[in-house]
Order: sequence, then structure tokens, then C-alpha cells
Amino acid sequence: MNAGPQRPPWIGQSVERLEDPPLVAGRGEFAGDINFPHQLHMRIVRSAHAHGRIVAIDATAARALPGVFAVWTAANVGDVPPIDFREGSIPALDPYRQPVLATGIVRYVGEPVAAVFADDPYIAEDAADLVALEIEELPPLLDVQAAPEEFSPGHPTEAALIRQGYGDVGAVFRSAPHVVALELAIGRHSGVPLETRGVIGRYDASRGILELHGAAKVPHRNQELLSRMLKIPPSAVHVYESHVGGGFGIRGEIYPEDVLVCVAARTFKRPVKWIEDRREHLIAANHSRQQVHKIRAAVDVAGTILAIDDEYFHDQGAYIRTHAMRVVHMTAGILPGPYRVPAYRAVGHFRLTNKTPAATYRAPGRYETTFVRERLVDAIAAQLGIDRIDVRRRNAITPDELPYKRPLEALGENIYMDTGDYVGLLDKQFASIDWPALKAEVNKRRAAGELIGIGVAMYLEKSGLGPTDGVRISVDTSGMVEVVTGGASLGQGFETVMAQVAADALGVDYRKCRVIHGQTDRIAFGIGAHASRATVMTASATHIAALNLRKKALDVAAELLQAAPEALDIVDGEVVRNDRAGGASISLGEIAQNLAPGKKTLGGREPGLSAEGWFKVDHQVYPYGNHIAVVRVDEETGGVAVERYFIAYDIGRAINPALVKAQIVGGYAQGLGGALSEEFIYNERGDPLAVTFADYLLPAVHETPAPEVLLREDYTTPRNPLGIKGGGESGITGVGAAIASAIDDAIGIPGAVTQLPVTPQRLKAILAQRKRQQ
Amino acid sequence: MKPAAFRYHAPKTVDEAVALLAEVAPLDGRVLAGGQSLVPTMAFRLAKPAHLVDINGVEALDRLAVTNGKLVIGACVRHATFHRPVCHGPLGQLLSEVVRHIAHYPIRNRGTFCGSLANADPASEWALVLAALDGEVVAKSVQGERVIAASEFFKGIMTTALRDDELLVKAQLPLLAPDTRCGFYEFNRRAGDFALAAALAAYRLEDGKIVEPRLALGGVESTPRRIAEAEGVLAGAEPSDKVFRAAAAAAAAAVDPLEDSVNSAEFRRDLVLAVARRALERAAA
Repeated sequence: MNAGPQRPPWIGQSVERLEDPPLVAGRGEFAGDINFPHQLHMRIVRSAHAHGRIVAIDATAARALPGVFAVWTAANVGDVPPIDFREGSIPALDPYRQPVLATGIVRYVGEPVAAVFADDPYIAEDAADLVALEIEELPPLLDVQAAPEEFSPGHPTEAALIRQGYGDVGAVFRSAPHVVALELAIGRHSGVPLETRGVIGRYDASRGILELHGAAKVPHRNQELLSRMLKIPPSAVHVYESHVGGGFGIRGEIYPEDVLVCVAARTFKRPVKWIEDRREHLIAANHSRQQVHKIRAAVDVAGTILAIDDEYFHDQGAYIRTHAMRVVHMTAGILPGPYRVPAYRAVGHFRLTNKTPAATYRAPGRYETTFVRERLVDAIAAQLGIDRIDVRRRNAITPDELPYKRPLEALGENIYMDTGDYVGLLDKQFASIDWPALKAEVNKRRAAGELIGIGVAMYLEKSGLGPTDGVRISVDTSGMVEVVTGGASLGQGFETVMAQVAADALGVDYRKCRVIHGQTDRIAFGIGAHASRATVMTASATHIAALNLRKKALDVAAELLQAAPEALDIVDGEVVRNDRAGGASISLGEIAQNLAPGKKTLGGREPGLSAEGWFKVDHQVYPYGNHIAVVRVDEETGGVAVERYFIAYDIGRAINPALVKAQIVGGYAQGLGGALSEEFIYNERGDPLAVTFADYLLPAVHETPAPEVLLREDYTTPRNPLGIKGGGESGITGVGAAIASAIDDAIGIPGAVTQLPVTPQRLKAILAQRKRQQ
Repeated sequence: MKPAAFRYHAPKTVDEAVALLAEVAPLDGRVLAGGQSLVPTMAFRLAKPAHLVDINGVEALDRLAVTNGKLVIGACVRHATFHRPVCHGPLGQLLSEVVRHIAHYPIRNRGTFCGSLANADPASEWALVLAALDGEVVAKSVQGERVIAASEFFKGIMTTALRDDELLVKAQLPLLAPDTRCGFYEFNRRAGDFALAAALAAYRLEDGKIVEPRLALGGVESTPRRIAEAEGVLAGAEPSDKVFRAAAAAAAAAVDPLEDSVNSAEFRRDLVLAVARRALERAAA
């Protein structure tokens, strides 16, 4: 047997984060901390008009200010193309891409029009104030449901019409016993990380390499994109991720500012730093979510869904950014969620307006459609007089129907649900929270006059976007393990999770593993951290690479220890006999020494104790969960207090349960914002009205009671070696839906909530209507 | 997020401060106290004062005292000072209740009572207290000192009777009779935000009937003020749900509410019903 006692696996333990020591000691390196000698500071001059023609830009005074190095307008970057889509050209959408500096027309308040480069950020901002923009106002298009106009000659503001569906929806509706119809709106909101965007461009003239520092999320994809746009070989562009103070889908995309610092650094041969301020962030970084759905369900007398027909309007804002049609397209694919929908039609209007451009935000397409679908299910229950839980039970796909192919697409692949028991998880959640007692308590308080209610939402998640990930692991001569990934870390605990996975396969302490991410000069391929993919994809590749390395280590050790490889194990970084105690052993560091180039022991092997592993998938994995909210409504003020919140989620296998729960809790807090308070509103001129944290209301600790999370690992997936499903977005997906349902229940008006966020003023209007009807 | 350039002055005495202010006020000079409103607006470049007269080093302004039946609050006294009652009786109690609604702890540690008055945000809790209790402020310039009553002080949104060259050196609140009952209530969308509506109620009982009623509203109109119509309903009445509702209704009918992009005048008027009644209920509790 082993020399020492068997250590429990690292996978499954809530071990402490490897990331924390530098962060809690204030030694992290965020974009703002990165400085290079002789750097310039960039300040963007932005449009104050939602729509207008640029008549003149006078930068004379700005250029004359001491300390100003240059002021650029579109004329200075004429050879830089508009910002490309991540996947490359899409001819039908290419005309809607954003130029790095506005060219002739401004299309939203906040659009970059000029860039000032100066010796310090104060001077840059002083000079930006001196740039005089003469803009002839044009009428803004703000209502996504209004008739489309011309975006540019020959290109209407409806950039595309999305169609997904199957079955004869028309016929089903004609013969259906009941039709339930709703019109629903999701407000414009987005991810608002604590760290605003920040990028530093640097041209290394000694090596002929362009560097972008402050990258996040998808460094390798951005390397490709910049290489394409700037027409330089990918190997001459390097992108570096540092610490990231929150990503949420919006940070780390290529924006005008990223391109500008690169082009300016290359042109001026000086590093160029840009740090976004909060006002800029709220008007210039990607918005998200704003949609209107006109949805109908055909149902039978028992509440069984026969068909769903949805027409929706997606408010894209002023340009189509790097994601192209990702959100608007996925919306149609993911809407049916965990339910059986025999016939389905979704038609989506992908429309441009004069607002900040929109793209992905944590659970894109799912937050919106879960609200829409669960509102629809509640409405079916209300219209037919059936319990809303029963309607869900009746329509949810059952374990014996899985795997379940749905002829719809999300992120370019067919939806193919893997494993699970959707109703089973609901039952487990009911048991864990004592559902009958919760209902009884709420009913009692309601009978005593309180407006208190419970909301329920079921949802299907998607995670683990492929197609592939590669990882290279090396052990140095001291026995320290280096795991080089093409993944990215937005602060979620990526390093810890990868280390836990590598440590188990290698037989080392996870604290012996250093995890590299987001460095394009360390590994040539990577897809980064988005779409709840990091643990599914990168951890699977890490697992495979670590097993390959283990094999190599045991092969060499077998030779050195004169034992069969099967008789060896690795314990705490030492290769030992697994068939008897004691005896000779050899450390991984010593094996690495024996594998140095030129060593006799090397034999015909590649030098170094290192190995690669690649993981490929054909399909994403589809985890699922439920949210249950208990809210109290203040009838007189329209205020909503969330009293309790319950989240159940089956992740298949949790590498680090504490980190999974932290992801869920963080997502939930953001979901509350979108449900109750966060909204980018505009006046009739297209001026954004939420430009500070006094107007854009993030929920704070008072408004965010700790949720009670039931994390289950009942249904692993066969689609990766460790059975992992993703969890980065699960906490947010169901919040809008559950809160809306709970408010309906509290005020006793089924279907009352048709719009998120439910602000006090909107809720007062609903309550006033009820009073008039009474 | 970088303020425009300004000249910074750090006087050590009140006389020095007002002399500096006389000099720089015509040149777009401003007083810096806690800086919790001014500094962010400078960072956003919504304010670009050419001079800042920082009074934080003026020791004489950091005093809090009870003199001649008044609580005298110097210009540099921070919000956080009021977390515990600063004087015996209902006034200290009331201020310690109200202070918890002002923004968040770090802001309360830095922001000042008098700065809040001089800034005159319509939703300022301290401005509401000053108006409700008929307090007064003392303004000083090189030309001398004058006392301004609350009812004369607030002129409009972020506008006061202070002249540019005047320093608000202290605020004075009358001590309240020991049997004064006080209640405060505010509604906002998040804890610590500016109130969409706030109410402060105070009264005494004689033979079970309300005397010396005060009901003031903040955050509803451009300035906080006592609402005579509501006080008229309360005076001489026995406290009851019915009377409180009637007073709240009278207040709601009497106001000319502010309107913004999210909150209509009618919504604010509606909120008055809730905050006025709840403040009265808290006073009665």
C-alpha cells in the first residue's frame, strides 16, 4: 500500500483561493496599476448628441495646451477599419460595425469622436474639454418597436430578422383550446464591474511587437481580432491579462479605446494608457438585455403547452459590436427552457437605435427569456386556474426524455440537453426549504394584511462553450507545477480550480501549482472565460494534460526505480511504490532533473517533465436550476423588499463548492439589480439619464439578503471527463422571473408585472390600477 | 475623473478663512468642508472652482456645544458625531435617528452637518431638520456676521441665502422640551440614497391633545419646509390613525412636488401620504 495515508482528492473541496494573498495584501495588478516609462495618457472626447452630423471638430486649442502630444479624429485613423466581429466578417452586418472614432455621423451619446494624448491624465482631460465639436442634430431613433429607418444608405435599422422554430405553429394555434398572450419588456441594464475598463498599448520597437495590457475575458480571440484589423501577423501582437476586477461579459471585448491605444502606441512609439471613468463606463461599455416580447402559448385544458409563438424586438443600440448576433440569436434558441414545446416559432427583430451599443452580459439571452417564459407559464396557470407549480411539473422535460435534442440553436450549435431531472430538483428544493411551511407562513401573513408573496422560476442554463481548449503543464526541477492555459480569469477563482484539477491527477498539493492564463505569448491558443466555459473546457484540458504528464513521470520513474509503472503512485509530489510501504522513491522535481536536455536518462523522450492535453466537444452542457423568491410589497410607496431567496442548481460536479456558491450569490445580486433597480434610461432626446451610481442603482447590501443555495451534484454530464457543468451564470438567470412572480403573488394580481425593472413608480401605477378596478 | 486645476488655500482661523473667501469668491472660489458633494462634482468636472478654501484646519469650527437653549454645531462637525446623542433629551435622540439615513458610514465620517445645509440638496436630512425645528445658521464674512432663519435660508434647489463671500460658521437648533415626541421617516430606493420623500414630525401632548405640532417635508419640493396645512389638522387633535391620515392628506395636497426623469410629481405627492403618516406614527410610538 501507499507509504502515507491516502489524501482526499482536491476536487470537491472548498479549498482557499490561490489568488487571494496578493489581492488582500494590496499587491494585485489591475489595469490602473500598469505603467510604462514615457507613457502617454489618452482621453476620449465623446458625442453629447444621440444622433447628429459632425460639421466640424476644432482641436486647435487642445493641441496648443502644454503637455498635449496629439489629438486625433477620424481623419487620423482613416486606415483603421471599423471594429471587427470576433468571428470575422459577416457581410450583411459589416455596415453596422463601429468605427474607432465617429466618421461623419454620431449615433449615441458617449460615442468616441476624438482622442487626446497627453503627458498626464489631468492634462489629457483639460485638453479634451477644449476640443470643440460642432454637431448638427438629427432626430434620434429610440423606440425599438418604431418603424425602422435608414442606418446608412441601403441599410435599414433593422439589421436582421432572426427566425428559429419547428412544427406547424399556425395550425396548433388554430385548433388550441386556450391561447395565452403577453407583452413583456426587459429593461436596458448591464454588468458594472468595480474596476472600469482600462488598457495600455505598447509597441516594443526592439522586437517589433505590439502589446495590449489590461486585456480580459478572451485575450487570444482579441489577439486574432487585432491582428486582422491592424493587418499585422498574430505572432507580432501580444495580449496580456492582469488582475481583473469583474468581467460579466462586458469587460474584455475589443472596444474603440482598445484599438486606439494600440494604433497610437504603434504610431507614436510610446506606451499609451487609458483608464475609463465611471461616467464613461455607464455610457460607453456594452449595455445589454433590452428586449420586448410579444409571446403567445397554445395550451390544452390541462395546461399542457402545445406551441409557443414569440415575436421579439432586440434593442441593439447604435452599432453592432464584436458579438454580432449572439444575444439576439440565442434568445430564440434558449427561450423554451426546460419545457416540452411541441411546436415553436420565434421571430426576432434585430434593430439599431441611438443608444449605447449592446452585447452580452452574464446569462445573455437567458435572463431575458427566463423572465418571458416563466411569466408565460404563470399566465397559463392563472388563465386556466391551475396551480403554477403543477403547470411546471406537467410541462417539464423528464429524465427519461434526456438526452433531448431540440432543433434550435444557441451559440452556433444545436441545443442538445444532456442529463438531469428538472422536476426532481424542484422537489429537492421544496424539501430543503420546507415548501408547505413557507407557503403557510406567507398565507398567514397575507391574511393579516401584508402584501407578501412567493415567486418561482425554473430555468435551463447552458455552459461550457467549445470547441476546444489546450493546456500545457510542466514541472520544474524544484517540483513546482506550472499549468499554462489559454483560459482567462475575471476574478472567479480560475487559478484555484485549475490547480485543484491538476493536483489530483498529478498527486501534488494544489498550492504547488501555478496557473497561467490570459498570456498570448505563453500559449498560442485560447478561448478565454465566457459562456460559463472555463471550468468545463479548461479544467477538462487541464485534467487530460495532467494525466499525460503523470504518465510521462511514471514512465521515467519506473525506469529509475526499476519498478513497473503500474506499481507506482504519486503522493505529495513523490513517486512511491503502491504495492508496499517504504522503499525507494523519487520526487517529481528529481524526475524533471533527469529529463533535462542532454541527460542520459532522457533516452528517446522529449526533454522536460511536461505534457500537453487537448479537450474537444461537439456540444455544450445544459445545467438547470430553480429560483424561489419571497418578497414584501409596500403598498403605499411601491417599494419591494426581498425577504428570502432560494436557489437550487445542479452543477454535475463542483470542483470547489464554495467558489460555485460564490458565483451563484454574485449572479443573484446582479439579477436583483435588473429586476428591481438597475436601468439605463434615456430622455426623448436620447440623453442617457443614468450616468452615475446615484442614478444607476446597483443593489447594495441592504437590498440583497443572502440567498439560500442548494448546490446539487446529482447529474454529471458524460460530455467531459470529470462530468462538470458550468455555473458562472446560474445565479442571475432566474432572478427577474422569480421576483416578478413573487410581486404578482404579493399583490394578488396574476400577470401584473410585465416590465423589468419593477421600480416603485411602476409598481405604484399597477397598484393604482388595481384600486380603480376594485 | 480628474478635476480641473484649482488653487488650494488652507486657512487656520475663521478670520483668515473669511478674508480668503472675500478675495477668491469673485474669482470662482468655493469653501471645502467635508467634500462629499463638492469633490465628486469636481471629479466629474460639473464644478470647476478656481479656488478652494479648505476650512478643515480651522479648529474653531470643529465645535459642538449647548448654549442658551440651543445646540450649536460648528462648520466642521461631521455627520458621524451624531451617531450617539450629542445632547440630553429628544433633540439628541432625534439627530441620532436621522443621521443613520445619511448616505453611508464612510461618507458620514467625512461629510459635515453645515456643509449639508450649505449644499442645500432638497433631500438633505439635515436641511429638513433645520426647517422642521426652525433652526438658524450663522453666516460670516469680512463685513460681519448675520443670523439667517431656516425659513429664510433655503431658496431653491442647491440655492441658499448665503452670499459667495460668506462662510456658514455654525448652525443652531433649539433644544426640544423633554416631552416632545419626534418621528422621522424617509423613502428611498436603496438604503443611503437621497430620499424621494422624507418627513419629520414633532409635537407635545397636553391633556392628550397635540400642541406645538411640526410637520416638515424634505425631498418633495425644491426646499424642505414645514407644512402649515398639515400642522393645522394636528393642532388640538388627539393623536389617532385618522388624524395622522388627515394630516398626511393635507400635506400631500399642499405640496408642489419635484419631478425628475424617473419620479413624477404625482408619485412624490403619493409618497407624502406614506412618509408623513409614518413619521407621525413614529412620533406617537
